[in-house]
Amino acid sequence: MALVAMATGFVLILIGFYGALTNRNLLRMIVAFTIADTGVNIVIVAIGYMHGRTAPILDATISAREAVARIIDPVPQALVLTAIVIGLGVTALMLAYAYKLFEKKRTLDIARFAELKW
Amino acid sequence: MSHLPLALVGLLCIAMVIAAVVAIRGRSLPIAILAAGLVSLVASVLFLVLASPDVAMTEAAIGSGLTTFLFFFVLGRVRGGQDDGQPDGGQS
Amino acid sequence: MIKRLLALLLLAAIGSVFAVLLLGYTPDAELNLTARYYAERTAADIGAANIVTAIVVTYRGLDTLGEVTVLFLSATIVGLVLAQGSGPGRSPSVRTPVGELLGTGARVLAPLILLLGVYVFVNGHLTPGGGFQGGAIVASGMLLLLLADPLRQFSHGLISTIESVAGIAYVAIGVLGLVLAGGFLDNRILPLGTLGELASAGAIPLIYSLIGLKVGAEFSSMLASLSETEEL
Repeated sequence: MALVAMATGFVLILIGFYGALTNRNLLRMIVAFTIADTGVNIVIVAIGYMHGRTAPILDATISAREAVARIIDPVPQALVLTAIVIGLGVTALMLAYAYKLFEKKRTLDIARFAELKW
Repeated sequence: MSHLPLALVGLLCIAMVIAAVVAIRGRSLPIAILAAGLVSLVASVLFLVLASPDVAMTEAAIGSGLTTFLFFFVLGRVRGGQDDGQPDGGQS
Repeated sequence: MIKRLLALLLLAAIGSVFAVLLLGYTPDAELNLTARYYAERTAADIGAANIVTAIVVTYRGLDTLGEVTVLFLSATIVGLVLAQGSGPGRSPSVRTPVGELLGTGARVLAPLILLLGVYVFVNGHLTPGGGFQGGAIVASGMLLLLLADPLRQFSHGLISTIESVAGIAYVAIGVLGLVLAGGFLDNRILPLGTLGELASAGAIPLIYSLIGLKVGAEFSSMLASLSETEEL
């Protein structure tokens, strides 16, 4: 089960990269980056999954003593928590820059922004 | 009975890949943004099946909530540039 | 055409690396050493029922400080980049009035959504949830208020004050942990209590509430900056 999820995460990363490389509209490129971001998060969470075990929360069904035998790895979840929040911050930054670029040049076509080319 | 979660995960993964392809190649930009929100939503359900409720909650609130709203805010402000750069889109 | 071919070639190369990684992956049967340490020692040392919260706030609290810094930077830069030219008398543009359903619904739902957000980040150490989820839910509530009343001016001063105070208090509690207990952001400065109660796990509810307020204020300020831009 974790293998299927991991393969899907990798496919999402590839789809996101393809969208970022071939689209020329700025907003579509940003959408592609968020899809690649989601793919990376899925891969990391799928690494921590172990068959037959459950979530790392101690409650009435999992006491503190049997936690070692019953829970999955909690570290990838902590990493992905951080990654999702920072992904939103980066997306907000990209969108702010896209807005400012449109304000300057009235176009969202990235082939038009040629000032930095040789 | 261990086939049920596997079938569910398989269905979720197929839905995610189809939604991602629609988000990349969709005809209009609002459809692409909604498809990206759908990818996030299905990913949050997948996180729940993979026994990570914290991550599922975060992805649902941030990925498919706030990100889609941010996109639509900016899309509403840059009305003129929606079809720039598409092969069959704007000529500017 | 050649660009598309090059892109596909690059993706094929990356995809082959991914395939090698995927084929060589075997899932573990037992927890690895780090996870075993966290699983065994969390209930006794930290007193939190949610192990992921214990990792994010205490065991790896420095990473969370870095993340909060990155969020603060991105919220500040978004506000800076989108700042309009100064002009106190900028007249609000004429917009279409929002419908009755949205206006009334927002007034009913917004307090409930804010309450849910506060519940999620106060109970972060007991149930799935925590500061980041609660902050995002609070920001969604503010977004609803923003949508229902587009001419409402959010007081940027209040939001940035909440954000700064929460950030300084978070670092202050961290330093307090350094002075009074084992290390930076150690949660044993407050008594641990019994596992599963609201007032347990030392300083974790306090720290997570501050993080929730800070994250909610940052996302709200990002949304408010975006909504105050003009339509181009």
